[in-house]
Amino acid sequence: MEQFLLASGTIVAGVFGCVAWFWGSNIALDLALPARGPRAGANMQRAGAIRPWLFLGPAILILAVYLVYPVINSAWRALNDADGTTFVGLKNYQWLLADSKFHESLGNNMLWLVTVPALSTVFGLIAAQITDRIRWGSFAKSMIFMPMAISFVGAGVIWKFIYDFRGEGLEQIGLLNAIVVYFGGTPQTWLVTPFWNSFLLMAVLIWIQTGFAMVILSAALRGIPEESIEAAILDGANPWQVFSRIKVPQIWGTIAVVWTTITITVLKVFDIVFVMTNGEWGTQVLANLMYNWMFRGAPDYGRGSAIAIVIMALVTPIMIWNIRNARREMR
Amino acid sequence: MDGHAGTRSSLVWAVNLAAALMVLLWTIPTFGLLVTSLRDSDQIAASGWWKAPFTSVQSDFVRAGTAPDQVAEGEIWVIAGNVLEQGEKLRAWGTDSRDPMAFAPGDVATLADGRTLSVAVDGAYRLTSPVEFTETRGMRIFITTLTPPRFTFENFTRVIGAEGLGQAFLNTFTVTIPATIIPILIAAFAAYALAWMEFPGRALLIAAVVGLLVVPLQLALIPLLKLHNDIGLGKGYMGIWLAHTGFGLPLAIYLLRNYMVGLPREIIESARVDGASDFQIFRRIILPLSFPALASFAIFQFLWVWNDLLVATVFLGNTREQLVMTGVLRELMGSRGGDWEILAASAFISIAVPLVVFFAMQKYLVRGLLAGSVKGG
Repeated sequence: MEQFLLASGTIVAGVFGCVAWFWGSNIALDLALPARGPRAGANMQRAGAIRPWLFLGPAILILAVYLVYPVINSAWRALNDADGTTFVGLKNYQWLLADSKFHESLGNNMLWLVTVPALSTVFGLIAAQITDRIRWGSFAKSMIFMPMAISFVGAGVIWKFIYDFRGEGLEQIGLLNAIVVYFGGTPQTWLVTPFWNSFLLMAVLIWIQTGFAMVILSAALRGIPEESIEAAILDGANPWQVFSRIKVPQIWGTIAVVWTTITITVLKVFDIVFVMTNGEWGTQVLANLMYNWMFRGAPDYGRGSAIAIVIMALVTPIMIWNIRNARREMR
Repeated sequence: MDGHAGTRSSLVWAVNLAAALMVLLWTIPTFGLLVTSLRDSDQIAASGWWKAPFTSVQSDFVRAGTAPDQVAEGEIWVIAGNVLEQGEKLRAWGTDSRDPMAFAPGDVATLADGRTLSVAVDGAYRLTSPVEFTETRGMRIFITTLTPPRFTFENFTRVIGAEGLGQAFLNTFTVTIPATIIPILIAAFAAYALAWMEFPGRALLIAAVVGLLVVPLQLALIPLLKLHNDIGLGKGYMGIWLAHTGFGLPLAIYLLRNYMVGLPREIIESARVDGASDFQIFRRIILPLSFPALASFAIFQFLWVWNDLLVATVFLGNTREQLVMTGVLRELMGSRGGDWEILAASAFISIAVPLVVFFAMQKYLVRGLLAGSVKGG
């Protein structure tokens, strides 16, 4: 109850505070620089120059404190020792280069980076293409899109149940082992079998991201002008040729957007690994490794921050690409 | 429409089949969890969820009574009792682990030393001996039982109370609602300025927002936690609301700006000519017209905050009373690894609200995705 009051109080205070700021500051500006009297023209000009910053003020303040400052602060922490008191230069990065867990994480991240965006996009493209051609397409889309609403932790439970293992001869209650046993195989302890277990974790993210890819690619496919498709059919192209030679080339731009968006998600992947294997049995990834250094046992903020900066560096090319695209669109 | 006349119907079939297969593959995992959460815990451990609607066959043993339980009936000594639990049906029984299905219900087995054992259809057993029983440990009776399917809400009541999921549900709501509403307000004003006001540095700010969309929030954890501690905010709701506001703001500004820029210029210009101030234009024209974009972002942010584990783990305390649902779920995965009835019910409670929001507001979610598909997780 107390909690409920706190939450609703915060909502009211937050909403009221925001409105008060925007409304009050605008009125204050109008009073300070009235658009009347002998200096009306000059006043209006000055008020017009200040007003955007009143609208932007809170947003800029929060962005600066909650996103820009942490990036700079992390970069600095990465150059300091465990508790951030002594400057150690590039020692943390040197340590990273030599650390076998870091190599494992980087390798796994690369594996994820190759597998997840590729398969999600391909499955999404297939799903978009086939659901656009059937009567119950919107229902099918909803169902494939649904995992998007499920948390990574919830998805972790769902899939861990699928990978569940019981000793040989016992009744398997995990779907995967039940299928294996049904076809005469021996049940496997899937999640602790190195190398392949990483792919089983990737399956979870692919399952979630396919719906996202499908929704965007489906919109792009429907945006293709009918004439180009009709012309190809008149020329005798079969459905596969229409798809691969006419449709796909026209939506390359969208495919690239989907691919990079999923790539960013993959670089930051944390929850799935954290709850399903906690990075053991050769499944460690950068975000989880960073979490271990920052919050497990004796924290080492220097090393943790260095790993965070590595993740940031991996994201940066996509960031630059996005900014360039956005600027091109604005012109 | 496309395709040759002859291959057309078979192609339609193939497409329908492929779609059905994909839908099945994508829904089965969640469906399995739902079924499991409604099953009796013994049955979950005994058979896969896909066998839930069928009667399950279980093999087990029970121990007969011991010497204190015996009664004298004339010449012989008798221990009696029942091997079945409620709802079970006896299919076969035995006295030897190598042959646990040796006898049918109603048979009488002759044992060593002149003893006999009979187990009736209703599970009542009768162990007799010509001499007084002396054992302190009852003999094993192997039984094979048929259990009809049993569905129950017990798992749900159990996790909501005993496992603390009810409290966590409230905590999650407490985190989510303000963390969804506050960024919308702040972003709406900023988006209007970026879309419809002329000022130096506007293009640079827009580029900065696009750049900040992809900043990994891992980077922000330690600096912000330290900052919160330094200014006396510590770990708590205020801190996590601010953090989620900060992390959601770039997407909010980006989505809303893209939408507002597409609103018809004439309306805004004519309002300006009529002497409306920017604040009035924003409140009377822009805000109502931007409802679809506001709804899109609200859903995104709601799903994102509700489903988040990392930010909650770092910015909220980690005692049982403070955990959000993803946190409880994570903890249960560690401590109750094999108790699927608890995990399934807990997971289902935690994904129920997002699923409802998802199905109710799918239209806006799709629209938002199409407008701002540069943000990842």
